Amino acid sequence: MVTGQTAARRTYLVTSALVVLVTVLLLVSLGTGPVRLPPLTVFDALFGGGSDVQQIIVREIRLPRAILALAIGAILGLSGAALQGLLRNPLASPSLFGAPQSAAFGAVLTIALGLADVRSWALPVSGIVMAFLSVFALLGIAGRNAGLLLLILAGLAISSLAGAATALVMNLSPNPFAALEIAFWLLGSLEDRSFRHVMLALPFIAMGAAMLMSQRAAFRALSLGEETAQSLGVHVPRLRLLVILGVALGVGGAVAVSGTIGFIGLIAPHLMRPLIGHDPARLLVPSALTGAALLLAADIAVRLIPATTDIKVGVLTSIIGVPFFLYLIVRERRALGGGVA
Amino acid sequence: MSATPLLIANDLNVTLAGRRVLQDVVLALPKARLVALVGPNGAGKTTLLRALAGLQPSTGRIAVDGIALTDMSLRERARRFGYLPQGHLVHWPLIAKDVVALGRYPHGSLDPARLAPADESAVRRAMEATDTLGFSQRRVTELSGGERSRVALARVLAVEAPIVLADEPTASLDPRYQLDVMANLRRAADGGVLVIVVTHDLGLAARFADTVLVMSNGRLVAADVPAEALSDAILSDVFRISAYRAVHDDETVILPWTGG
Repeated sequence: MVTGQTAARRTYLVTSALVVLVTVLLLVSLGTGPVRLPPLTVFDALFGGGSDVQQIIVREIRLPRAILALAIGAILGLSGAALQGLLRNPLASPSLFGAPQSAAFGAVLTIALGLADVRSWALPVSGIVMAFLSVFALLGIAGRNAGLLLLILAGLAISSLAGAATALVMNLSPNPFAALEIAFWLLGSLEDRSFRHVMLALPFIAMGAAMLMSQRAAFRALSLGEETAQSLGVHVPRLRLLVILGVALGVGGAVAVSGTIGFIGLIAPHLMRPLIGHDPARLLVPSALTGAALLLAADIAVRLIPATTDIKVGVLTSIIGVPFFLYLIVRERRALGGGVA
Repeated sequence: MSATPLLIANDLNVTLAGRRVLQDVVLALPKARLVALVGPNGAGKTTLLRALAGLQPSTGRIAVDGIALTDMSLRERARRFGYLPQGHLVHWPLIAKDVVALGRYPHGSLDPARLAPADESAVRRAMEATDTLGFSQRRVTELSGGERSRVALARVLAVEAPIVLADEPTASLDPRYQLDVMANLRRAADGGVLVIVVTHDLGLAARFADTVLVMSNGRLVAADVPAEALSDAILSDVFRISAYRAVHDDETVILPWTGG
């Protein structure tokens, strides 16, 4: 049995183990590529040792990519856990709600209109605005005590709409190469990202994460339903707004530099529940770390899988994530059948 | 009701979708009372309870100890009202003790794993009173309906608020747990708490309550001791029933008998 105190201790243990795992993956990520470097060499080069070439490879080429994988994976895991906490629903996640797809539409539109090159602030800002609108619309449609079915259907509609709008932009794109470039970018990748990209995404990701973490305890009170949470002193409308805003900032900022990377937000909290229980407040940090580990691992895998064309990391996470989603649907079949709608 | 009122409501009105769900409700209730709120379905009982707790916007004035609800912060209000909604819903399989510990949330104790000694003892008292210590480490989803309702009650008692509002806490419980819950609320009232409990069980209301409030079509039509508030005239006017009445062990027995 998991008592309150042991749950806290277990959360601490699991969190520590995850920190170690993420650190190891970070070092492996820095060592993976055309030139393979063992972790010790990586460590050395990171802090100014080793040859100049090793230093450039590790610090200039691979470090931004690894930092982005860490930060984006973390914010996706955190967003998933926060949305599941807000909606008291284990199938909630940014990608099922169309947030990344909407952010991608915002970014694509900005690029296509020539309002921004890939490195300006306009890109994350338009992504964030669209992500905000999508989550806001979804919660508006779903209402206060949304059932599973309603949320999934509304999410499907919104992500389809965002996908269609993106397709329209590509359709209207004057030159086929631009369309192709957008299409590839949409697949989601962390290749060839520089510190400019890190600077572009990180502030928004950090802001989003801070907002979501600030509401930590309220998620636990929300386990008793919105009404009871409010009777306990939780300002529920403000909580909802902060979560929508936090998810939009984080996901919008992430999508602006990486394209759409799906399903990490769905999977991460589920991996953690068997280990540390269902307390939505305790799940936040471990889910973020799990998200970071998942994306780092996926980004290492795409570099190790032998293929003539690069496999995009967003493609890989979807290929792993969708079957997982199907598994969850099967598990929640009874609820989806109308019982707890 | 001679004692100074703890909870005062003046001219409460609530309109939902064009329908006046509460009409000019006036209340003045002292501490240390068990008040039963009865009335037919749709009479506005739950709405009144939610309005009193500040969960339902209403016009009119509500004050606790002379302080208007509108002048309180959310947390100050939460410390004054323990609110037990219908259904005892818990969305995640949390541990019983962690659920009870949420009662300390209004007191700023946000993490059940790090309760201050005062909060820890409040949680313990509430769990002792409801006899839930035996399964404090079990997940609420694994508990029986009766056990779960006692955990929900413990959560409300753990707030140690001067006012407890309970919405049909005995619904869907077997007779023994119904008596159990009412006895618990009775004890809380004897300990100084103003307990307002919505119930459809006129027998329980008559037996346990000091005061019975009768609602009909959004209006408060009676507020009196059980024998008066549940008179034959009111039962036939409001509930359209007649009741069998008796005295057993010096206590009033009211049993709804014929409808029509």
